[in-house]
Amino acid sequence: MLDSIAFYFFAGVAVLSAALMVTRRNAVHSAVLLVTTLLATAGIFLQLRAEFIFITQIILYVGGIMVLFIFVIMLVRLDIALHHIRFRLQRWVALFVALALGVEITVVFLFARRLPGQGLLIQEPAPADKLPPNTEELARSLFSSYLLPFEIASVLLLVAMVGAVVMAKKRIDQ
Amino acid sequence: MILPPGLEAILTFLQNWWVEIVCGVVIVAVVPLIAGYVVLVERKLMADMQARLGPMRVGPHGLLQPIADALKLLIKEDIIPDNADKLIFWLAPVISMVAAMTSMGAIAFGPAFQVARDINVGILFVIGVSSLGLLGIILGGWASNSHYSIIGAIRSTAQLVSYETAAGLAIVGALLLAGTLRIRAIVDAQQQLGVWFIFLTPVAFFIYLVASIAETNRAPFDLPEAESELVAGYMTEYSGFRWALYFLGEYANMIVVGSVATTLFLGGWLRPFPNVHWLDWLDFLPPLIIAAVGVYCVYRAGKQPVEIQIWFMWAVALACFAVAVIFAAPLFVTSLKFILPGLHGAFWFLLKVSGYIYLFMWLRFTLPRYRFDQLMHLGWYILIPLAIVNVLSIGVAMILESEFGWNRWFAALLTSLFTLGIAALLVNLYDKRAAAASSPATAAATDPYAG
Repeated sequence: MLDSIAFYFFAGVAVLSAALMVTRRNAVHSAVLLVTTLLATAGIFLQLRAEFIFITQIILYVGGIMVLFIFVIMLVRLDIALHHIRFRLQRWVALFVALALGVEITVVFLFARRLPGQGLLIQEPAPADKLPPNTEELARSLFSSYLLPFEIASVLLLVAMVGAVVMAKKRIDQ
Repeated sequence: MILPPGLEAILTFLQNWWVEIVCGVVIVAVVPLIAGYVVLVERKLMADMQARLGPMRVGPHGLLQPIADALKLLIKEDIIPDNADKLIFWLAPVISMVAAMTSMGAIAFGPAFQVARDINVGILFVIGVSSLGLLGIILGGWASNSHYSIIGAIRSTAQLVSYETAAGLAIVGALLLAGTLRIRAIVDAQQQLGVWFIFLTPVAFFIYLVASIAETNRAPFDLPEAESELVAGYMTEYSGFRWALYFLGEYANMIVVGSVATTLFLGGWLRPFPNVHWLDWLDFLPPLIIAAVGVYCVYRAGKQPVEIQIWFMWAVALACFAVAVIFAAPLFVTSLKFILPGLHGAFWFLLKVSGYIYLFMWLRFTLPRYRFDQLMHLGWYILIPLAIVNVLSIGVAMILESEFGWNRWFAALLTSLFTLGIAALLVNLYDKRAAAASSPATAAATDPYAG
């Protein structure tokens, strides 16, 4: 029961603030609402007993990426940029994605009773002390079963980082 | 009686978690008081180092000054600038304080006092959530719609993003030795090894010390609120209670970084030499120290000018004696033995945190403020590379010990010396670069983003 309450609370907050985020005109307000969405998503991870992913979401997305987002938004005057760029094509893409998502959600709701669990209520997970420690499990699977994808992702990030440094460097030299 | 299922769930929730909820309320209630007294201690220390007396008027030796200050802040006029973004202006200080208070929830103040049950990712939770306070600073600076505020916020962001990397890598060093993210398990690992991690990785502690001063925006890294340049930085437009919230968040953050450093490097709530039994008399130190403070208060009471201040001093002394008796009780009464670790653990933990905060203040009154480009260079050119080298060398030390059977102390000493050598090299390189940059021929090519 408690899990259901937690899930619907966090899910509701996430969806509501995501909707508000898209409709705000002020970019900083949007960013704050995006932070709320990300925090609520982190809450859902916690409800699923995935502490490590919960805290990674907070440190990386909220503490790192969102801070840089807001940093850039403050430095760039978006109200001027908006006059130049028009996001016309996005409308159709967005419509398509929204339709696909709507169909998906409808299907899930229609067939919800056939999935494990009691209808719309969340199934109670095992008590936290009976689950294997989250961080260790994640590390084990990252460094055994998924070692190659993990390494490829690391190299990709390294390449992106070097690329960013090179681009920034060039601008200063000129 | 049949309750609706939602209400029943809430009741079971309260039944299972009331201790944690009460502890949380206690933290929220007590931390402002502690922060106020940390400010008083800071002013007194500053006065002492500058051969002054500091606050003396409100209460004996200014002991009631924090309460007077809090009252003043509460009844001050609350000003919101006309062109400010009202909602975010209102929200920003709250974010700052909530982040600091929430992260305090996972810290274990001694083996018995921890709000959140020992979570698997405890130390990451503390660091991650306390870094959310940055959002409050940056949004507050933006919402004030003032140049000083926004420059302060931008400086603060750049500084925190840079130094958090160094702090995180320094923490990795201690975590490698502990082999866990659980706060209690980290302290237990130090008890099992019989050594505080500061002695195995002194360089990591030093990096964390510098980075945490920068993270809490304190001198010599207080550029986001440098009075001589930016009035008060991101809180220029704030007044009254909102300003107090920022202030509170900052001091709560100091307690948080102090607790993290204590847990990781200074042995948490362990007393010095926890495994050496002929030093068990150290258990008598906590009551003796507190009683000594009481005796000093009695000694000073006679010298107070006003009668009410004499009575106040006596009251403080009696409170000290009462606490000392409480701390001494489990040492002599066998049936109270079970509260010994919790009580004395909390004492040692808070003592170590106070020591760490004292270090902060000492550095603040001693060192002049950095210039912004110097600050960035220190972070990116020296601390971060040094932290990476430090993580590598701790790994090497651990392999030398476990695979090749080296003595732990010898391996730690060797790798620490290696890291220090790298540090000397980095500083040398930096000096050369700084000398080259300050020569007149290249003066035009200075970093345009400096400051």
